[in-house]
Amino acid sequence: MNEQLAFTIEVFLNGLMAGVLYALVALGFVLIYKASGIFNYAQGVMALFAAMTLVGIQNGQVPFSHLINAIFGTDIHKFGWSVHSFLAIILTVFVMIALAWAVQRFVFRHLVGQEPIILFMATIGLAYFLEGVADLMWGSELKALDVCVAEGACLPQGMNTWLEATTYDALGYGFFIDNLDIVASIIAALLVVGLVMFAQYTKQGRAMRAVADDHQAALSVGVSLNFIWILVWSLAGFVALVAGIMWGAKSGVQFSLSLIALKALPVLMLGGFTSIPGAIVGGLIIGVGEKLFEFLIGAPFLGGATENWFAYMLALLFLVFRPQGLFGEKIIERV
Amino acid sequence: MFYREAGDFRTTYKEDQQTFPIKFDRYRYYLVLFLAIFVVPFIVNDYWVNSLLLPFLIYAIAALGLNILVGYCGQVSLGTGGFMAVGAYSCYKFMTGVDIWWGGELLFRLPEFNIFFSVIMGGIMTALVGVLFGLPSLRIKGFYLAVATLAAQFFLVWLFNRVAWFYNYSASGQISAPERDLFGVLITGPSTTPWAAYMFCLFFTIVSAYIARNLTRGAAGRKWMAIRDMDIAAEIIGVNPLRAKLTAFMVSSFFIGISGALFFAVYLGAVEVGEAFGIQKSFLVLFMVIIGGLGSIFGSFAGAAFLVLLPVVLKVVGVDLLGWPTDIVAHLQLVIVGALIIIFLIAEPHGIAQLWRVAKEKLRLWPFPH
Repeated sequence: MNEQLAFTIEVFLNGLMAGVLYALVALGFVLIYKASGIFNYAQGVMALFAAMTLVGIQNGQVPFSHLINAIFGTDIHKFGWSVHSFLAIILTVFVMIALAWAVQRFVFRHLVGQEPIILFMATIGLAYFLEGVADLMWGSELKALDVCVAEGACLPQGMNTWLEATTYDALGYGFFIDNLDIVASIIAALLVVGLVMFAQYTKQGRAMRAVADDHQAALSVGVSLNFIWILVWSLAGFVALVAGIMWGAKSGVQFSLSLIALKALPVLMLGGFTSIPGAIVGGLIIGVGEKLFEFLIGAPFLGGATENWFAYMLALLFLVFRPQGLFGEKIIERV
Repeated sequence: MFYREAGDFRTTYKEDQQTFPIKFDRYRYYLVLFLAIFVVPFIVNDYWVNSLLLPFLIYAIAALGLNILVGYCGQVSLGTGGFMAVGAYSCYKFMTGVDIWWGGELLFRLPEFNIFFSVIMGGIMTALVGVLFGLPSLRIKGFYLAVATLAAQFFLVWLFNRVAWFYNYSASGQISAPERDLFGVLITGPSTTPWAAYMFCLFFTIVSAYIARNLTRGAAGRKWMAIRDMDIAAEIIGVNPLRAKLTAFMVSSFFIGISGALFFAVYLGAVEVGEAFGIQKSFLVLFMVIIGGLGSIFGSFAGAAFLVLLPVVLKVVGVDLLGWPTDIVAHLQLVIVGALIIIFLIAEPHGIAQLWRVAKEKLRLWPFPH
């Protein structure tokens, strides 16, 4: 098999895997945007917050220990226990639900009916706030994230040697694919199926879709907007937690984790802000596109690091021809 | 009592249409100008200029520019940091003499521009780039456009990082402003006196505000506002959306470019593009515009002042008064800034400018409300 071609295919596959992770973040955006029309910039910081909370609970850190020490002159850092990953994940989910409630209660309830740009700004404010709170609560140093659901059933790390050996035997070329990426893809697929099932077949899911369709109509048939919005923010928090675990396990839990929001934006543009399948397909296109572009054109001709902007340029060019994105609702404008 | 318009008669159309139709406002404006030009330069020291006045003046220009685009023309842009970088790098290139290479040979080199014209050139180059990135706004609207302008942000920062020509092949990849003077007074470089830097920026700020005010109340500004309020309706009554949107992008980018050039040449002196002109800068300026008040010249100044002052005040209170460790204060600052932004948006979504308008209404009747 042609070496260059095989290498390209490998880049393609890795792009696909990266795309799944982008899609995971984009999913959180779409959920909130559909149900409440809020473009939630804080999604990335929510992932960071979730991952930090998870690590903090796992290690038994005392929340706000730095702040407490600074104010009272004490020297406390840890409770002295460590929590099982499974339990820690459940606790973190509860924290995210509490966060969803707080966000709804203290921020967006007061902003109902404001212009979209104001809501967007509020989410940026929320992003700053959450980032500061996360740092104050758990400290801002780089943390490693190890998630073991059961004995020996940890999130895998590093390259998949089995796949490499098998493909080497079969094709004469070993494909390097991260174990974690494969697991992430499977989990993301499960998550999407779960979300779609939830939206289609449960009472709350139907209510959620009704709200997404028309707030007032939903209100008039007795759907509680307040509950649905909390539900949606909780779901987005859960998606953020999953994304946080995946990215955190990949590159450690630190501030840069929140920048994945910026990676998800072109995915959203490409797929359309209101479409769950769009987020997935957009994520895959962006993931593959930017890796292939970097490999084929960026690194050899443009000096590398094109991944920062390629996705945006691609989305920009795409939007010029199709302004509502791939699967977005058709934009109808009337005077 | 203090603020009233009784006895303040306007007998001509010109008087009625002036920027400050109320006498009190007008005198206050003259007073502020007088203080800024004739008093402040003689009493400022290095700390005041470098931590408060220069950032305020420079961000005020950027906020003015962005306000024209977002507040007057309704096109949300997140590319401010990138456009400021264009201003900074063009200013640098024109300061040090633009060199044109062809096939590995130096074709020719422009003479070094005076710092004043370098800053202007920074604005002009940014205006051109702004028009280029404004083109998609004809097709893309709303949040799609906001995200699309991020393309400009990331692409431009990447470009200035990667192409060595922009930073004159310096080993560090930074650009640093050489010493330049205007009428024999140093404006850039480490040995600049605070008052000179202050006066230089003040000049640009006043002129920018003057231009912005007069553009926004003239034909151009009315077209922008028509596009903002409803672009299809505006098109039907004869506003050319192509020209209106592109001129908004052009004027806005021009101001942002000037502020980027000043930010680099006068304020920081040396700049690393990702650090100084990253996405955070875009958000910062957008916050200034929104907290100050969309579609208001005064709002741009108020927003800039608020967000420049806030971290300084927090730092003074946290580190100097309470004696907490700097990292905790930095985190607390994030929390407070975030919370303040949210509280502000909830309390007054139309920004400080609206608060000011309400206060003026109250003051007119004080102390005898209806």
